Amino acid sequence: MKVGRVAGTVISTINIPLLEEHRLLLCDVHDVNGIPSGYTIAVDVVDAGVGDTVLILDEGSSARQILGLDHGAVRAVVVGIVDQLVVDGRVRAIT
Amino acid sequence: MQLGRVLGSVVATEKAPGLEAIRLLIVQPLDKAGQPSGETLVAADAVSMAGAGELVYFVASREAAEALPERFVPVDHAIVGIVDDVNLEEE
Repeated sequence: MKVGRVAGTVISTINIPLLEEHRLLLCDVHDVNGIPSGYTIAVDVVDAGVGDTVLILDEGSSARQILGLDHGAVRAVVVGIVDQLVVDGRVRAIT
Repeated sequence: MQLGRVLGSVVATEKAPGLEAIRLLIVQPLDKAGQPSGETLVAADAVSMAGAGELVYFVASREAAEALPERFVPVDHAIVGIVDDVNLEEE
């Protein structure tokens, strides 16, 4: 999993049926120092909002398991909202 | 999943089994601001509606084939939705 931050939402009307049921969040993916190192569009299962620091799962089999699917083209899922991060013994500010 | 812009299509008559009737589109990956980022790629069109110029999002790797009717096909990128809007927080 990766730590990231919700930067926005993606609105899509025409998509594969599986994705019609879920919110899509555009998340910056952070490195260990909290610097954005890219982004991913992820399915939201925890009702995360813009600005939240989140835990992003990026693996297909686990994603399908969380969504209760046998099959489906989904890989990235926001699976948690981060309350605290401790790096090298120091609490890092959640922005 | 990532954002992309459809640049055009690929026509291939001889294809691996399972890819018949699958549209192949040339996609330019974009960063979150909509600027080109990285090399263009060929993606299967799982929504069957994407066309040139359209803003789409696509899934990469093994999961791409999961978007198609036949799931064990040699595909590594698939367009899974057409983007109406991206709402980014103001920075």
